[in-house]
Amino acid sequence: MNVGVVTFPGSNCDADARYGASLAGATVHALWHKDTSLPPGLDVIILPGGFSYGDYLRTGAIARFSPIMHEVIGFANGGGLVFGICNGFQILCESGLLPGALIRNRNLSFVCKDVHLRVENTDTPFSNVCSQGQVLRIPVAHGEGRYTASDDVIKGLEDNGQVLFRYVTADGVPTDESNPNGSLANIAGITNATRNVMGLMPHPERACEPLLGSADGMAVFQSLLRHCNANVA
Amino acid sequence: MKTYTANITVTLRRAILDVQGKAVEHALHSLHMPSLGNVRIGKHIELTVTAVDHDSASAAVREACDKLLTNPVMEDYQFTLHELAAVGAE
Amino acid sequence: MTDMTPHSEIEVTVETARELGLTPAEYERICGVLGRTPSYTELGVYSVMWSEHCSYKNSILQLKTLPRTGSRMLVAAGEENAGVIDIGEGYGVAFKIESHNHPSAVEPFQGAATGVGGILRDIFTMGARPIAALNSLRFGEPDTARTKYLVKGVVSGIGHYGNCFGVPTVAGEIYFDRCYTDNPLVNAMAVGVLRSDGMASATAKGPGNPVFIMGSGTGRDGIHGASLLASREFDEETENMRPTVQVGDPFAEKLLLEASLELIAAGVVVGMQDMGAAGISCSTAEMSAKGNVGMRIDLDKVPLRESDMSAYEIMLSESQERMLVVIEQGLEQRAAAICAKWDVPFVQIGQVTDDEHVTITRHGTLVARVPAQSLVLGGEAPVYVREQKRPAYLDETQKPVDHGPVIDAEAFATVLPKLLSSPTIASKRWVYEQYDSQVGDNSVMRSGGDAAVLRIKELPGKAVAVTTDCNSRYVYLNPYRGGLIAVAEAARNCVCVGALPVAITNCLNFGNPYDPEVYYQFAEAIRGMGDMCRALDTPVTGGNVSFHNESQSHAVFPTPTIGMLGLIDDVSTIIGNSFTQDGQVVALLGWHRSELGGTEYQKVIQGRITGDAPWIDINEEVRLQHVLLNAIRSGTVTAAHDCAEGGVAVALAEMTLGKGLGATLNWPFDRTAADLFGEAQSRVIVTIAPENYDQFVEQCQTDNVPVHRLGTVGGVHLDLWNGCHVSIDSIRSAYEGSLPSIMAS
Repeated sequence: MNVGVVTFPGSNCDADARYGASLAGATVHALWHKDTSLPPGLDVIILPGGFSYGDYLRTGAIARFSPIMHEVIGFANGGGLVFGICNGFQILCESGLLPGALIRNRNLSFVCKDVHLRVENTDTPFSNVCSQGQVLRIPVAHGEGRYTASDDVIKGLEDNGQVLFRYVTADGVPTDESNPNGSLANIAGITNATRNVMGLMPHPERACEPLLGSADGMAVFQSLLRHCNANVA
Repeated sequence: MKTYTANITVTLRRAILDVQGKAVEHALHSLHMPSLGNVRIGKHIELTVTAVDHDSASAAVREACDKLLTNPVMEDYQFTLHELAAVGAE
Repeated sequence: MTDMTPHSEIEVTVETARELGLTPAEYERICGVLGRTPSYTELGVYSVMWSEHCSYKNSILQLKTLPRTGSRMLVAAGEENAGVIDIGEGYGVAFKIESHNHPSAVEPFQGAATGVGGILRDIFTMGARPIAALNSLRFGEPDTARTKYLVKGVVSGIGHYGNCFGVPTVAGEIYFDRCYTDNPLVNAMAVGVLRSDGMASATAKGPGNPVFIMGSGTGRDGIHGASLLASREFDEETENMRPTVQVGDPFAEKLLLEASLELIAAGVVVGMQDMGAAGISCSTAEMSAKGNVGMRIDLDKVPLRESDMSAYEIMLSESQERMLVVIEQGLEQRAAAICAKWDVPFVQIGQVTDDEHVTITRHGTLVARVPAQSLVLGGEAPVYVREQKRPAYLDETQKPVDHGPVIDAEAFATVLPKLLSSPTIASKRWVYEQYDSQVGDNSVMRSGGDAAVLRIKELPGKAVAVTTDCNSRYVYLNPYRGGLIAVAEAARNCVCVGALPVAITNCLNFGNPYDPEVYYQFAEAIRGMGDMCRALDTPVTGGNVSFHNESQSHAVFPTPTIGMLGLIDDVSTIIGNSFTQDGQVVALLGWHRSELGGTEYQKVIQGRITGDAPWIDINEEVRLQHVLLNAIRSGTVTAAHDCAEGGVAVALAEMTLGKGLGATLNWPFDRTAADLFGEAQSRVIVTIAPENYDQFVEQCQTDNVPVHRLGTVGGVHLDLWNGCHVSIDSIRSAYEGSLPSIMAS
């Protein structure tokens, strides 16, 4: 599996994303925001967390216009797998690859803590090693992670199985208290309609080793690996 | 009593570094809009104020700006007042 | 330039000097050094370079008494931007703590943010990539809107800067006391990892080498004592021209980090120094003095945010996110390409000279020419012996205090929640959840141990522990002993996770040094720190002094904050501070003493702070840490928690929260307030598997450290003795509920 991780100015989880992907056995390529082409043979592009361009104006608003995003959009439209984590999710929404937007957390404060996520759809390249309803413990760290979209869009996401991860209690129940930012319908991660683009607010790359408190985040990277290997075979 | 709408613009004081403006200006230039410069980003606040006359409405808005809406250490503000309509039986 | 007398914008007299904070004697000294009247720009440069902040003129004689050498130190104390400790296999850890108290009192968000930014720059200027940030905060009692505003502003400022920059904020401490009401303390610490052979120095060398300014533009940030402005009519325009607030741009700092590390790795850097206090003045003077060279700087080349800035303003500007870099001649293009890659402005402003003078021009005119050595510590900068006098209040406070009432079950159920909800003891979750504590994928134990632990990715299996500590009440009641305790507690916290304490950095926050009673506190606290550092073999690698911390015309409690670094050879042996397994033995390791002086119990329950600081014996402390560290490394001790504010009872209560596991104890001591809630030092609560307990006791006897068996882990209560218990739920609600409800009210 060849994974490219984009570094925008202000990305600060790019090294962590490369580290997480490599723990899963991926061959990792560092991509630069000024790049105007992609290395051949990429299977997955990760847009990592951070504060690209300082997140000034709006999160992801400036990053969306960087040269590499032209390539990323083309890659996604050609069926390539694109995975946006945290700030990467925000950039995917700003660039129209995913519907909706991520706005200021309900309590207006940055929040960093472990949350529980329920796997809502296992039939995607990002979740195929999970079982339906499985609960993962993965940290969040964001100030603007409250997913919002029109009622129609939310209904469409729900009906099409595009809601991939939802904030829940440790027992797997979506409650207001388990929702760290006030996201609509406790949405933590979604895919596009064709299931090749995924945005996720929590940070799976921070939960890849028991030493760091949880290895549940590996599920996402292992799913990508399984998907890519299946396609090769 | 009369009701006014206040349109308040809050900006960083001139010599205070506007980090947002700087990053946005850089982005504009990299989007090939070199003719745009000196980007300053502020806040726009709208509110209504009920008062006997323009002067006391103005005083109320100024107090709100000084006490809460702005940080006098770093920010300046300007506002305009427009009378909406009479309130009550008058 | 034919005329070698620098042009002065205004006429300089002893009065001008006084306005800039220089004494008449200091002014005479400047005239003597130069052999003439200084220009206004020169006077400005001297005023900031001879300030306490840059020259340590009032503190250096005391600081020199501290142990400042050790086999693990890779740079001499105070010689570089930060201390560096060898962690083996070609790697080092750079770390330093610094205050940003006064800016945070004026504008808490930006003050705290730029404090974090400044200390991060000190770390990466050395060539180290920051892996952790910590902070030590002091506020007034959080019962006023003003204090809550300061707390919220400081916390969000720290979070904003660290989160955006991408360094995990992993630990810290917050104390609340009335004495800090007008003068909060904001001490920021940063830790980074470097390759020992890739370390950069803040030294200029090689006449002819080009000098560059790198990073953000220079504006009128933080310029003080600007008598030129003060002499003008005070109107809105002048008001606008006098911003004292520096604004931090963590996005710019992140780019500066990457560009700096890449420049250093590329081998093009001769020397590099961050521009903090006193900006271009300090960086040019210190780098020149250290290399026994000079610099010629053309201020017209400095990128300005406002073009009409005077030489004085440019030299004194404290605009953030800037570096002064000396590049190897001939490698400028390579350096420029690296900076262009990161979109970091990089402009040559001068070159290194061999005349040992800092020479400054503006608009083609000479405005300053001063010997570099004359500006710096160790050169001509003044050094003062200050008068000391034992504070009068000590006669009153050091009268003996009793042991307080006997605590029965009912009293315990009342007092314990009160202490747990005291803002100083209560959970700081409200604070630390606003900090990204994990970015970088190195944070091994977050808020679950007495110190934070960061694994070193470059050295598999290895980790470092970091903590900040200082109970300033103890220092107030007994400056010498308080200094001992600050160091001992920081080291003990490292030991409690299984780390060997190896070195400290310190941030000395005191009142006005010209007050002999304050200076006594200062000198005595340092004497205590020094004695404990020598005993524990934890040398001082550097730090910072902040004087003039005063609130309502009283000095704040003397607060020498200690940042401690500990080393862990095998990260799999570290332990936390919670009860983890039913049936394990709970024991108190150390010397049980009943005393109540300076405790949180006194403050919260009795409404006073008096008596002597808790007892500590240097040799006992060393033995305790030795036996505990060995027992953790061998796997015998499975959890350890230092007894700090609130004493044994609060420590036990805190240990129930991690896993929701209680304990049934048979309290072996008297039941006075002093026994339960006293804060005698050198005591740690430990848990041990029952099958290992006897052997542990034997080892402790061999090492001459007492151990008292308290009981057994289990259940959903903390049972102190038969009939005296508190449920974990009520412990949790007192401990966790307090700060959120205070901050929301």
